[in-house]
Amino acid sequence: MSNIINAFKNGKAFIPFITCGDPNIETTVKIVHALQDNGADLIELGIPFSDPTAEGPVIQEASLRALTAGTTTDKIFDMVVRLRFEGITVPMVFMTYANVVFSYGSERFISRCQEIGIDGLILPDIPFEEKEEFLDICTKYDVDLISLVAPTSSERIAMIAKEAKGFIYVVSSLGVTGTRSTITTDIGALTSAIRAVTDVPCAIGFGISGPEQAAKMAANSDGVIVGSAIVKIIAKYGEDAASYVGEFARSIKDAIN
Amino acid sequence: MTNVNGRFGVHGGQYIPETLMNAVIELEEAYNHYKNDPEFNKELETLFNEYANRPSRLYYAEKMTKDLGGAKIYLKREDLNHTGAHKINNVLGQALLAKKMGKTRLIAETGAGQHGVATATAAALFGMECVVFMGEEDTKRQALNVYRMRLLGAEVIPVKSGTATLKDAVSEAMREWTSRISDTHYCLGSVMGPHPFPTIVRDFQAVISKEIKEQIMEKEGRLPDAVIACCGGGSNAIGTFYNFIEDKDVRLIGVEAAGRGIDTWETAATINTGKLGIFHGMKSYFCQDEYGQIAPVYSISAGLDYPGIGPEHAWLHDTGRGEYVAITDEEAVQAFEYLSKMEGIIPAIESAHAIAYARKLAPTLPKDQIIVVTVSGRGDKDCAAIARYRGEDITE
Repeated sequence: MSNIINAFKNGKAFIPFITCGDPNIETTVKIVHALQDNGADLIELGIPFSDPTAEGPVIQEASLRALTAGTTTDKIFDMVVRLRFEGITVPMVFMTYANVVFSYGSERFISRCQEIGIDGLILPDIPFEEKEEFLDICTKYDVDLISLVAPTSSERIAMIAKEAKGFIYVVSSLGVTGTRSTITTDIGALTSAIRAVTDVPCAIGFGISGPEQAAKMAANSDGVIVGSAIVKIIAKYGEDAASYVGEFARSIKDAIN
Repeated sequence: MTNVNGRFGVHGGQYIPETLMNAVIELEEAYNHYKNDPEFNKELETLFNEYANRPSRLYYAEKMTKDLGGAKIYLKREDLNHTGAHKINNVLGQALLAKKMGKTRLIAETGAGQHGVATATAAALFGMECVVFMGEEDTKRQALNVYRMRLLGAEVIPVKSGTATLKDAVSEAMREWTSRISDTHYCLGSVMGPHPFPTIVRDFQAVISKEIKEQIMEKEGRLPDAVIACCGGGSNAIGTFYNFIEDKDVRLIGVEAAGRGIDTWETAATINTGKLGIFHGMKSYFCQDEYGQIAPVYSISAGLDYPGIGPEHAWLHDTGRGEYVAITDEEAVQAFEYLSKMEGIIPAIESAHAIAYARKLAPTLPKDQIIVVTVSGRGDKDCAAIARYRGEDITE
C-alpha cells in the first residue's frame, strides 16, 4: 500500500493540482512548499502534455507555458527528488496522459516514480478497460493507479470502485477541467454507489472554484481536488505566485474542515 | 479480420476519459444491432445511390496510362460523390445511425473541410443540429468550405489551441463530446479514435473497394495488381483496401503526406517517421518527440495534416500487408496540375498525393498490370491555395 492513505488522516483532504514547470521549475518548487505549509494533504503534479484532451483552457494554457519553458519528464523527476530532499513529506501523485508514460517506457517511468517518492499516477485517458497494461507495472512498483468515476459512469461504478487503489477521483461534472459557478451532479449518489463496494477514499474534482464550493463538495466525500482555480492564480502572478497560492490553499483547507 | 475488443494487433483500443466510456459502449451496441438490420442497410443504400450519387465511376485514364507508358490506370472517382469527396459515405452511415439512436445533434472535426461539409450536409438532410470544429489555420486555407458549412446550417468553431489544425480540431470535438453526450453524436471523420470508430468508419467506407472489385471484374475480368489511396487518418485508404485485404496478390499502397520531406520536421508522414504511441483514443503510430509530446506536423494538404494514422493501417503496416509511401508537397502539386491537364480532372490536393505516387509506380510496371487510384475528392477547394503556392496572387 502506498503513502496515499495518510492524506486522508487529517480530516477532509485538500488535494491541489499544479502543472509542473508553469511558468518554470523553480516556481513549481516554491509553490509545492507553499501548498504543504498551508494544509495540502496530497499534491497532484501535472506533467504537461502537448494535447491535453481532458483539460479546459486554463490547464491547456498552463501545459503550453510549461512546455514552452522547456519542461520535460526528466526535469520533473529531478524536481521531485529535490522536493523530497527539501522536506516535502505529503504524498504526491503524477497526473498526465498515457502517451507521456508509454513513450518514456511504462516500466522505466513507473519504477522511477517509486524511486523518487511518487505515490500514485492519474491518467485521465486510461479507462477501466485499458488499465491493465499500466496496472501490472504500478502494482509491481507500489504506485497506485488512480481510478476515475464520472457522472456518466452509472452501472460501471461498482466495477471501477471494487478494483480502485489509493483514492477514487470522482469527476464532478461532464466536460473538461475548469472552474464552474455551479455543480449540478448529484455527488451524494455517486459517492454512496462507491461506498457500497469499497472503503477507498473518494475525492471530488473538476470545477471547484473556491472555499464555499469546496466545503459543499467535501460534505459528500473524503476530499476535494482543486486545479484550475490554483492554476489561474499561477497564470496571474507567475514567478511570484507561491504566496498567493499558499493563501488560497489555506482558505480551502479551512473551509472543508 | 483481427478485431477483438477493437484491436488490430497491438493497435486500437479505447483510450478515452471515463466520462465517454458509456457513450462509446452505447454506440458499439447500436452499431452491432443496426449493421445487420436489413432495413437500416436498405435505407443507407438508398441514401448512397439516390442522394450521394453512388456507385462512383471507375474510370479508365487512357491518356495518363499512355503518357506514363506502364501499367493500366483506373481512377475511382470518389470526387464525383455529392459534396465532392468520399467523406459523405461515412457521414451518411453515422448520421443515420445517430438518428436511430435518438441523437439530435452532430458534432465533427474537419481538416480540409470536406468531412465538415459532409456532416453539415447530412445534418441538414436529417434535420439535426450541427457543430463543426476546424483549426483556425485550416479555416484560412479552406475558407470556401467554411462558407459551405455555414450555408448548410452548421456552426463552425475555429480552434485556436495547439497548431490550430486537424489534431486540435479532433481534441476540441472530443472535449465538446464529454460536455454534452445525451443528445449528441460525435461524427468522427476518419478510421481513428477510440473503438468502435475505426471499425464503423471503415465499414461505411468499404463501399469503395466493394465497388472497385465489381467494376474491375466487369471491365477487365480480373482483380487489379495494386490499389493506391492517399492516407492521413486513412478513411479513403481503408475504404479502398478493405475488400482486397484477403486478395494477397493485390498490393495495398497508402500514400502519406511528406510535407517538405520525411527527413524534415515539416512532415505528416506518420508511418514513415512516427513511433508507437497512445493519443486521441487509440494506440497507433504518431509523430512525436522523445517525451511523447505530439509533433506539430505539416502538409500543404489540410486533410492529411494529422500526426497519427488509423490503427488498422498501423496493423497492415506491421504485418507487411500494406505499403506506406510518402509524397512531398511539390510532388503533390505537380500531380494536381498533371491530372488537371492530362485527364481534365482536378483532384483534391489530398488525392493528388495518390496520383503523384501512381506517376512514379506506373512506368515501372509492365503494360499488362492494372492499378486503381482512388481520387478521394475534387480539387475546387484547393485551387486558390495551389495558385498561391505557385506564386499567383489570387483571392477567393
